[in-house]
Amino acid sequence: MTSATAAHSVVEPSTTTRRFAGSLVVLYAIITMIPLVWIMLTAFKSPDDAISYPPKVMFKPSLEGFCNLFTTRSRQTPEFIRSLGPPEGMCDSIARDRNMVVAGPSNYVPRFINSLIIAFGSTVLAVALGTLSAYGFSRFRVPLKDDLLFFILSTRMMPPIAVAIPIYLMYRTIGLSDTRLGMILLYTSVNVSLAVWLLKGFIDEIPREYEEAAMIDGYTRFQAFVKVVLPQATTGIAATAIFCLIFAWNEYAFAVLLTSGNAQTAPPFIPIIIGEGGQDWPAVAAGTTLFLVPIVVFTVLLRKHLLRGITFGAVRK
Amino acid sequence: MNELSASSRITYRAVMVQPGVARRIRGLSDRTLAWLFITPTIVLLLAINIFPLLWTIYLSFTNYRANRSKVPTIWLGSDWYQSILTDPDIWAAMQVTAHFVIWTVIIETVLGFGLAYLIDKKFRGHGMWTTIILLPMMLSPAVVGNFWTFLYQPQIGLFNYVVAFFTGRAASSFQMLGDVTLSPWAIVIVDAWMWTPYVMLICLAGLRSIPDYIYEAAEVDRASKWRQFWSITLPMALPFIMLAVLFRGIENFKMFDMVNLLTGGGPGSTTEVASITLKRAAFESWRTGYSSAFAIILFVTVFGLANIYVKALNKVKSR
Repeated sequence: MTSATAAHSVVEPSTTTRRFAGSLVVLYAIITMIPLVWIMLTAFKSPDDAISYPPKVMFKPSLEGFCNLFTTRSRQTPEFIRSLGPPEGMCDSIARDRNMVVAGPSNYVPRFINSLIIAFGSTVLAVALGTLSAYGFSRFRVPLKDDLLFFILSTRMMPPIAVAIPIYLMYRTIGLSDTRLGMILLYTSVNVSLAVWLLKGFIDEIPREYEEAAMIDGYTRFQAFVKVVLPQATTGIAATAIFCLIFAWNEYAFAVLLTSGNAQTAPPFIPIIIGEGGQDWPAVAAGTTLFLVPIVVFTVLLRKHLLRGITFGAVRK
Repeated sequence: MNELSASSRITYRAVMVQPGVARRIRGLSDRTLAWLFITPTIVLLLAINIFPLLWTIYLSFTNYRANRSKVPTIWLGSDWYQSILTDPDIWAAMQVTAHFVIWTVIIETVLGFGLAYLIDKKFRGHGMWTTIILLPMMLSPAVVGNFWTFLYQPQIGLFNYVVAFFTGRAASSFQMLGDVTLSPWAIVIVDAWMWTPYVMLICLAGLRSIPDYIYEAAEVDRASKWRQFWSITLPMALPFIMLAVLFRGIENFKMFDMVNLLTGGGPGSTTEVASITLKRAAFESWRTGYSSAFAIILFVTVFGLANIYVKALNKVKSR
């Protein structure tokens, strides 16, 4: 290590430079994390602590936000509440302290499940179609290859609202509006362009000699694809799948315009969580926190492939 | 080689189990297989992207309204295009969009390149801190927009509190989202918070692509650090910076979700970027023909930018 540093001493930054650069970056990282940390703290505050001035950093943790996220409540008179039996569970007792009773579950869980089904459904389809096309574009001489690849990319460039107008009419005509299948197909069509471009990059990196050797061993082209190329491309396929998953999970414009109840996903639902007298910030923060946690995990998993993903495979490390 | 023959033995067994399928697939030439692999994607894109696009083009020449589909459709020719291109409201929206795009791109490029330059000094723990910095760009823009409205609340919001703390102004004396002069900047701040890491990541790749020996040669020639930066670092990272700028430009030109949740275009129409104007025309006043024409105009603009973008991509790729 030291000998390597010494050999490159003319271009290696000095210790002072490194410390200075490091402290500036750490400062930026801390500032940029404050909004996220704040929203996660708010999820564990009581409604009064959440809107106190000056903002509270130290507070008594409360699960009221999560209770309000998962339940709907109705206001009752103290006499009525006293006439009830013992509270059923923690959320009911929190609600009763505020002269309310739990009326039933909220829509958050169904919306979250819709998000899961639509994100996973569209990811599986997009990655399957994308892998096949990417292999086709990578290995075979396809006429108009560059034009087709550009066409595939350009579909991703359209403003979502411009796409939503005809899709709205089309889905209304064929009965796909506000259905999970409709959203899965739509997200697949958006994601497949990313999948083709990313996977083509990954498959290009697998030497053709592997398949050729397998085909000499008696494999057909298709067998070589399944038994040799696919296992080699596992990392690329996994990274692509996570990118597709994140897109579908985060998407808002199509979801808010094309779904209303049945197939609504979490992003259009979270902003409309309201309590008595305006937005219920701890509940919104709790919903946001639960929604963001998977993304944080995925980002950490993806960190080595992020650059490829965000540039459609153009820039590799 | 050993691995291959081991796996081939497994395949032969698999082939024995399903001889029918295997024979059918074995008979395919590479050419057929290529089309078999590519066609499903193209068909899907034709059905969900191209057919609707053609439909939009047709609608943009008619008086069709999605909420009154029984009214007979009349062919209007290019009337909508003419009225859009002369509509002061549309030009106002384009100006708002331009303000948003230009300022976000400038701020993100300066901050992003600066950060990448610092991270490239490879201080201890730079990998971990880079991952932390990257987090905001992976989040849902809609959810981000929504929680920033909380941070921007005049009395209780953390953003106002911090500004008040450092400037001595009262936290309730300004409204980031309700003020005509502040709200265009409020959306720029959130976008910069979210997307600076994106520019940083691409710039970092650019900086890392510069080989050490160029700097070594410059040192031998006694070029100052300042000179090295302007003559080596910046020009060699430039294609990457351009890539980031173009991509951010296109994405922010289309911006809808974050702004829709932060301000919804308000107050008045001071933050009404093109996509929000389009959404209001299409899904609130249901002027389907008119909004289709506007959608086509926006699409042609984005497509032009995308063309430049792909050329830039290829330039970066060829390095």
